[in-house]
Amino acid sequence: MDNESLKTKIAQWVPNAEFEETGTSKAQLLNVIITPDKLLDVAYKLRNEEDMKFDFMFSLTCVDFPEHFMMVYHLRSTQTWNEVVLKVKMEDKEKPQVETLCHIWRTAEYHEREVYDLFGIVFKNHPDLRRILLDEEWEGYPLRKDYVDPVNMISL
Amino acid sequence: MTEEVETKDAIKTQEYFVNMGPQHPSTHGVLRLMLELDGEIIKRVIPHIGYIHRSIEKMSEKDSYRQIVHLTDRMDYLSNHMNNEAVCLLVENALEVEVSDRVKVIRTIMSELTRLSSHQLWWGVMGMDLGALTTFLYAFRDREMINDIFEETCGARLTVNYNVPGGVMFDIHPNFQKRVKDFIKHFKTKLPEYDRLLSDNVIFRQRTEGVGILSKEDAISYGVTGPTGRASGFSNDTRKHKPYSAYDRVEFKEILMDKGDTFSRYKSRILEMWESISIIEQLIDNIPEGEIQSPAVKQVIKLPAGEYYQSVETARGELGVYVVSDGQKSPYRLKFRSPGFSNLFVLDHMVRGYKIADLVAMMSTIDLVIPDIDR
Repeated sequence: MDNESLKTKIAQWVPNAEFEETGTSKAQLLNVIITPDKLLDVAYKLRNEEDMKFDFMFSLTCVDFPEHFMMVYHLRSTQTWNEVVLKVKMEDKEKPQVETLCHIWRTAEYHEREVYDLFGIVFKNHPDLRRILLDEEWEGYPLRKDYVDPVNMISL
Repeated sequence: MTEEVETKDAIKTQEYFVNMGPQHPSTHGVLRLMLELDGEIIKRVIPHIGYIHRSIEKMSEKDSYRQIVHLTDRMDYLSNHMNNEAVCLLVENALEVEVSDRVKVIRTIMSELTRLSSHQLWWGVMGMDLGALTTFLYAFRDREMINDIFEETCGARLTVNYNVPGGVMFDIHPNFQKRVKDFIKHFKTKLPEYDRLLSDNVIFRQRTEGVGILSKEDAISYGVTGPTGRASGFSNDTRKHKPYSAYDRVEFKEILMDKGDTFSRYKSRILEMWESISIIEQLIDNIPEGEIQSPAVKQVIKLPAGEYYQSVETARGELGVYVVSDGQKSPYRLKFRSPGFSNLFVLDHMVRGYKIADLVAMMSTIDLVIPDIDR
């Protein structure tokens, strides 16, 4: 399924989804940007629809933009080797929240813990949301752009 | 009589926790596992990571792209070339620069040598984890030859930093081709020895066959890539599916197994070594002439604003680099999708119901490198 038909199909599920293409001119990836409340529905369909079957989540991360947080899910189908990037835009920078996807892709459980640890995004219904790389007592979320640590950080 | 049996049934062992690591020899680094045990049976494994977390992703937000390359071989130090290559390929693709054929071929040979040396070390410690010290000595004897080749051409044995954006740091040493051919000739006689020593050993077979089975569906769901995933039949070789460097001009097989047990994961790496040897043999006499560094890549690199993803096949699986660029000399956000991170967490799923000794064997065949997990 090429990017155009994928786009048409997703636009039917989520009429207000935004689309963009990223990557190099040789390899274009379709980006689907949705709001947090649509995530579970879209993720489930991308995983299970007959002609999509994006069964392999190969990357899960977050980006801290000045106005919003952006969750970035890279998905791939192991049948066709098609790829799509699912993004969730979180306007609420004070209390960023999103549903967990660990019941759809098991690998998400640990990547979400990493994002919680370093960005402070709360994953609703996550079975075991704890810090993973840093100590439990650590204060703040290091990968946020406004994070300051006068002791451990050397500013250049 | 029946009363006696009832009393016997009433005796129950209490579940308890045992701490394995962070200084346990079979965790190969600072990994700590909390084992929830019922007698000798493992109920649950809770991995604790982060002991060697150096926040490479945060550092990258301040570094230039040329500097980031140097951080990458501190992650998976056994796949150093491939890690360097991932960032270099990303920069080249984003700038739409084509490197010369010479660079492509050199990179491919180097990557396969790295894969061989990584698998050699893995084979050595795998035997050692299961109680056979000899394998370690055999493997290090052969691995030393590869390290010598690296030392001569790259100037370093482990953190080689040989790839730079736009090419490689130096041209290959005049001895390079001869020494690689000598090594291949030597190693082709030694690899069957590996089989005779460990693969065909009865004790080894009994400890690994049918143990720790991972199904294909679970491998995909847990995102298990590399030989670990391929032993479960999950075709995930980036070299085949998204060829980079010179992988599109060589012939090799993607090793796929169907059983998914500990022995399959072991065997898939042994077979993969034969494929690496074959790739090197196809290329070593055909290194084309060409420039070593592309002049199109400037000293200060600024990627056009946008998002890029590049993956390479390391010895452990798919390493992905995801970059969000805002047009500055450092990335706005950089994420490494490390193969070890995803592979580690399948352990809990695999090991439930087995004993601690089986856990050690399974952990060996996942081939963990802790700095790669913690980043």
